[in-house]
Amino acid sequence: MKKRFGKTDFIVLLVILAVISLAGIFVVLNRENGETVVIFLQGDVYQEIPLTENREIEIQKEGVTVNVLNIRDGKADMTDADCPDKLCVHQKPISKSGETIVCLPNKIVVEVKGGQEGDFDSMAR
Amino acid sequence: MKIKTAYLGMYLALALICSYVESLIPFYFGVPGIKLGLTNVVVVLLLYTLGTKEAFLVSVIRIILAGFLFGNPFSILYSLSGGILSFLSMYLLKGGGKLKVVTVSVAGGVMHNMGQLVTAALVVENYHILYYLPVLLIAGFVTGFFIGIVSQEIILRIGNRV
Ligand SMILES: [Zn+2]
Repeated sequence: MKKRFGKTDFIVLLVILAVISLAGIFVVLNRENGETVVIFLQGDVYQEIPLTENREIEIQKEGVTVNVLNIRDGKADMTDADCPDKLCVHQKPISKSGETIVCLPNKIVVEVKGGQEGDFDSMAR
Repeated sequence: MKIKTAYLGMYLALALICSYVESLIPFYFGVPGIKLGLTNVVVVLLLYTLGTKEAFLVSVIRIILAGFLFGNPFSILYSLSGGILSFLSMYLLKGGGKLKVVTVSVAGGVMHNMGQLVTAALVVENYHILYYLPVLLIAGFVTGFFIGIVSQEIILRIGNRV
C-alpha cells in the first residue's frame, strides 16, 4: 500500500479538496435569483435587460447580427449564433446570479446579475 | 532509440483516442469547449515511464492534432494552456519526490481545468466566468484521482518494462 499512497499524499489531497470546497461554498452562498441580464461584447457592456422582460435581443457586431438572445419567464437563452461551434446555443438557459452563457468565437458573454448584493463586483469593493 | 519512437507513436495514438472519446462527452460547465482531461492518463504514464521530454512532446502534439481533428482553433488554445499548466504542475510535484502518482495526477487534473477557464476568461475579457471555477476544479480533482489510480496500477505492473 505504501507504494501507492502515502501520508503526504493524503494531506495534500485533503488540502486541495478543502480549498476547492471553500470556494464552492462561497459561490453557492452568493447565488440568488437574478434580476438583470448583462450582455458583454469583447469585454464591454453591450446591453443590460431586466430578466422580467420577455423579449428577443439581436446582438450585433458592426451592423451584423451575430447572436440572438431570448429572455422568457425569467430565463435567458441563446437561441441562435453564427459561430462555427454553436456551443453557446447548446448551453442551458440561465437565471441565477453569476451564471453565464459564453460564445467564445464571437467573444460574447451573457451574465445574470442579482440585486445589490451577491455578485462579484460588490464583494470586490 | 527505435523502440522509444515506437512507444511514442503508440502513446500518441492512445492520447488521440482519449481525445476523441472526450470530444463525444458533453461537458458544459458554464464555458463551452472545456475538456474533462481524460488524456492526462497518457501524460502521467509517459512522465513515469519514458521521461519528461517525451511526455511534454506527446501532450503538445496530441493537443494540436486533436484540435484539428475534433475541435477548432479555440479548443487548441484552451487545451494548450490547460495542458501546459497541467504538465508543469505534475512535473514539479513529481520532481519533489514526496508524492505518489495519484496526487500528482490530481494536481494535473485541477490545473488542467484552471488553465482552460482562465484562458477563456482572458479571451472573452470577462473574469466573471470564473464563477464556474469551483465546479471545474472539483471535476478536475475527480478526473485526476481516477486517472491517477489507473496510471499507478499500470506503472506498477509494466512501468519497469518500458
Ligand atoms: Zn457561439
